[in-house]
Amino acid sequence: MTSELVTIIEQDGKAQKGKDPALPAAELQRLYRLMVTTRVMDDRGLAMQRQGRIGFYLQSTGQEGSHLGAAYALKASDWLFPAYRQPGILLLRGIDPEQIVSEWIGNDGDTSKGRQMPVHYSFRQANFVSISSPIGTQLSQAAGAGMAARIRGDDTVFMTFCGDGGTSSNDFHCGLNFAAVYKAPVVFVVENNGWAISVPCSKQTASESMAIKAQAYGMPGVRVDGNDVLAVYRVCKEAVERARRGDGPTLVESVTYRMASHSSSDDAARYRDAKEYEAWKKKDPIARFQLYLQQKKLWTEQFETEVVEGAKAAIQDAVKKAEARSNPAVGTLFDDVYMNLTPQLKEQKAELLDLVQKGGVGADIGAFPL
Amino acid sequence: MTATETKTQEARPGFKVMTLLEAITDAMRTEMRNDDRVVVFGEDVGKKGGVFGATLGLQDEFGEQRCFDTPLSECGIIGAGVGMALYGMRPIAEIQFLDFIYPAFDQIVSEAAKMRYRSGGEYTCPMVIRSPYGGGIRGGHYHSQSAEAYFCHTPGLKVVIPSTPADAKGLLIASIRDEDPVMFLEPKRIYRHGKGEVPLGEHVVPLGKGRIAREGKDVTILCYGAMVHVCEQAAEEAEKAGRSVEIVDLRTLVPLDEQIVLESVKKTGRAVVVYEAPKTCGYGAELSALIAEKCIEHLEGPVVRVAGFDTPFPYTLEPLYMPDVKRVLAGIEKTFVW
Ligand SMILES: Cc1ncc(C[n+]2csc(CCOP(=O)(O)OP(=O)(O)O)c2C)c(N)n1
Ligand SMILES: [Mg+2]
Repeated sequence: MTSELVTIIEQDGKAQKGKDPALPAAELQRLYRLMVTTRVMDDRGLAMQRQGRIGFYLQSTGQEGSHLGAAYALKASDWLFPAYRQPGILLLRGIDPEQIVSEWIGNDGDTSKGRQMPVHYSFRQANFVSISSPIGTQLSQAAGAGMAARIRGDDTVFMTFCGDGGTSSNDFHCGLNFAAVYKAPVVFVVENNGWAISVPCSKQTASESMAIKAQAYGMPGVRVDGNDVLAVYRVCKEAVERARRGDGPTLVESVTYRMASHSSSDDAARYRDAKEYEAWKKKDPIARFQLYLQQKKLWTEQFETEVVEGAKAAIQDAVKKAEARSNPAVGTLFDDVYMNLTPQLKEQKAELLDLVQKGGVGADIGAFPL
Repeated sequence: MTATETKTQEARPGFKVMTLLEAITDAMRTEMRNDDRVVVFGEDVGKKGGVFGATLGLQDEFGEQRCFDTPLSECGIIGAGVGMALYGMRPIAEIQFLDFIYPAFDQIVSEAAKMRYRSGGEYTCPMVIRSPYGGGIRGGHYHSQSAEAYFCHTPGLKVVIPSTPADAKGLLIASIRDEDPVMFLEPKRIYRHGKGEVPLGEHVVPLGKGRIAREGKDVTILCYGAMVHVCEQAAEEAEKAGRSVEIVDLRTLVPLDEQIVLESVKKTGRAVVVYEAPKTCGYGAELSALIAEKCIEHLEGPVVRVAGFDTPFPYTLEPLYMPDVKRVLAGIEKTFVW
């Protein structure tokens, strides 16, 4: 059961009989717009890195349907414990693109005050928990948050993401185990995009799928076509409802593909066969969803132009505003280590401010090389 | 370009001009040819040759049995390495960034470090854990940390940090041949900064021996890794202002070459300790205590620490976080005027 791949949108764009979630027209168009905007934003992020305007970027190209379909199944009050490849969720949750671009730059408009590398967002206003680089750490945290909600009698659901590589982390084991033991309201979404930097999924696990791992933990596991936004939505919706009912966690394996290199520092051509890319390009989630909209008479050339141009204009505007901002003030370096500055931090802050005032400090820092 | 780097791209016979990164690859290649018990593994070390390229060409030359990618688990990488070492191999485990080593902390601290002691010497763990560490590459919190103090605080582990290409090769070969577990921390900021002459083939720099990177008579700077180069620049500046600076590059933090430290400080009467890690309980605290214990009567000024601030590693403000020439110079002045 776990190895079967759930799909809804067929090659010709039609939904399989009886499986169409039948979302309202405006919602379908909104989902499409979010997917396109996510890709436009990703393209712009990479371009800005190449132009030296930001230090690093990491694209989600090819995975827009996967993470947007999944998060679309949540209520706004539900929480996300994301990995670093789900930027569309920020747009879905109404985050202003200027704040997103400010995070890339690390300026004074960045919610995390320029403390993290690009794409490591934190948006409390959207119940989007601060992203960490260490792989997998969010998984056990989501389990704990779910346990807390149960203790407090809330009906909040928690959705957390990791990649195929992330399933090998310690936290994958303890996160799933805890969530299952305590019946925590958590949806674990593994975005299996085939690769963990240069390591193919075949070297990551000897299991026949990621979904099948759920069995050992005592929760349902579902494999879904991650390039089919409606299928991901439908599967996750069921998982979210199950969690909200108090029936515990679900593991969803979203089978997709990392169409770009791992990040702006990586060159996938060095270890990946171009044929594999070409084959997946034909399964592009945006093209696939577009066909579905065409079938429903919800897509025209004019609509497409309006969506693409609208997205470009919105991102352009965000870049302009974000680039006009300043660096975080020097003194902020010492804030938020603790609630209050310790005596030692006070002394160190004074020392640095004094040196800065005298001028000439600031090491010559190189570029991020990978 | 600093004093320890050669200004010419031409090498003498028997040497080759290399980056620090190339010297590390050369060390592994040399030992893999020498000793078929040596295996290299970690995330992305195979076909990609490592995210920095440290293992480039090793899988091609030695095959997938001896240079291979692992699943994404630092705990698995180190635990497997301990098992291999117990069974008689000479594993070299790469941790992609030192910032990601914490899931393996238990295997390192509780297992690798204590195997010899807890088995009464019956079982040993000769393995090398290689990992890029330190700031200066705009890597934010999780691609910049200097976590050497955690490991220095664990009896049973040796801790080695090179600062030049030749030392990188010689120290890594010595680490691979060592009978105990070695944390070999690579200052990634200088992986490709400047090249140096490196002896071809066999080249061993013994563990536990520091080196005088620069001779001077007024003040001693104790440092290691990328900071050696920052300190060399600062020393040039200080010289212009009439301060003659001696620089000791420690090379091995555990076991420490106490003699070179104490002799230098006794000679100059002043000491500045420079390290990137957060100041509190950093390795510099150990050096300061050592000087206070063993040669306080020779001091003409306070021992001064120039270090990272006691905050997590920042992103945008990184250039102000890292100790730089100006801060080292300010540190030097504090040993004269206090
Ligand atoms: C604990 C840890 N080890 C290593 C890394 C370095 N690293 C960053 S991303 C990555 C691969 C992740 O692959 P996967 O989980 O499949 O996610 P994807 O990038 O494909 O979305 C690695 C090894 C890390 N961030 N954290
Ligand atoms: Mg992956």
